[in-house]
Amino acid sequence: MTKRIVIVGGGTGGTVLTNRLTDDLAAEIDAGDVEVTLVNDTPEQTYKPAFLYVAFGKKTLAEAHRPLTDLVDTRRVDLVVDRVSGIDTENKHLTLDAADRGLDYDYLVLATGANLVPDEVPGLKEGGHHFYGPNGAERLRDALADFTEGHLVLSVIGVPHMCPAAPVEFVLMADAWFRERGLRDDVDITYTYPIQRAHGIQSIADWATDLFEERDINLETFFNAEEIDPDAKVVETMEGTELDYDLLVGIPPHAGSDLVTDAGLGDDGWVAVDKHTLEAANAEDVYAIGDVADLPTSKAGSVAHYAAGTVADRLASRVRGLVPTATYDGKTICFIESGMDEATFVEFAYGDEPAVREPSKLLHWSKLAYNESYWLTARGLI
Amino acid sequence: MTESITPDVTIDSRGATCPGPLMDLIGKVKKVDPGTVVELMTTDTSSSHDVPEWVAKAGHETLDVVEHEDEGYWSVFIETTK
Repeated sequence: MTKRIVIVGGGTGGTVLTNRLTDDLAAEIDAGDVEVTLVNDTPEQTYKPAFLYVAFGKKTLAEAHRPLTDLVDTRRVDLVVDRVSGIDTENKHLTLDAADRGLDYDYLVLATGANLVPDEVPGLKEGGHHFYGPNGAERLRDALADFTEGHLVLSVIGVPHMCPAAPVEFVLMADAWFRERGLRDDVDITYTYPIQRAHGIQSIADWATDLFEERDINLETFFNAEEIDPDAKVVETMEGTELDYDLLVGIPPHAGSDLVTDAGLGDDGWVAVDKHTLEAANAEDVYAIGDVADLPTSKAGSVAHYAAGTVADRLASRVRGLVPTATYDGKTICFIESGMDEATFVEFAYGDEPAVREPSKLLHWSKLAYNESYWLTARGLI
Repeated sequence: MTESITPDVTIDSRGATCPGPLMDLIGKVKKVDPGTVVELMTTDTSSSHDVPEWVAKAGHETLDVVEHEDEGYWSVFIETTK
């Protein structure tokens, strides 16, 4: 009997997994023993790390998109462009939004990512900018280009959020960018973070704190924006403090998917999973990878990439009747820009405290080279 | 004394590492009424002192921090004031 594997979400995790499966199970798929279906609500994939560079005019949005048909092997995967509107884990059935059919599955993998929910903070949409989406990145690019003096505030409002190092990168890049343009003396920069240090990971927090001091970037900790007054240009916090700004970059709160909550798979839209097997805690034969998985590590592309490899191996074993042995150890890698022409790099697994390497031009160029070659990752090649 | 604290809301952040437990608490405090007693359960050592530090800074009150040695977690009880 044909085993049906359905993957929901065509981001990094979804396409890496699809390609690993169509490679590993090519013989089974060709024989009709396995069917792989990828469902995504748009016909394209977006490479979100490009948005940081869009904000500084270093990349265009066009570079951040590719058609999914270029990224997966459409001979061996059924690509469905539609939105999933319901998950019934009892009957192993998905309801689709537009199509007049549902999808039955034997194995389901959720890779639906994270969503921005700026409305959770009154005034944020009106008073703040961000670089976590295409429109936001272009708006911020235009605002930055016009910004020649005043107080630039980057406030990390929502944790967890995608690309955890990106806010640190943003202020370090902004510092260098304004210096290059001879404007730094007229621009004050402040970075705020919700907890008692500059980043969730202690070693990155320590590294960033030293750099901020060296580069005259103000650091505010225990700073949780509660409301933004867009007219007065003031951030009001839960801690009772206020901060004036001229240009606010607010990392918006994130949420998972209502689908997940409605299906009883986890709180706040994040899927409760076993951190090693990626199997859902509350349903049989359901897995989650990428940002939607509630894992004790970063919501980063590398996490989705490596977790996809683990799930591909486990699913291949299961459809072959073997005992799955592959596990995910929390491997996460991240290039971190520390200016406009230097970067560092961290690598860690569950429970590790990463060492932050000395920034270099070589690592900066490595990050840019990876950004260019990212589409090979999505295709399962690197 | 601790035995008498009955939380209105319990947050189970056991297994999450910093800043997960504190962020779970901050998210909940945003949504509850003044006077709500919240219990945060955490296995993260640093949270047992980082959380009271934030609670004080935000103007709420830490009622107690209880270590459950046998089960390997702490319960931080707070009461919201605003």
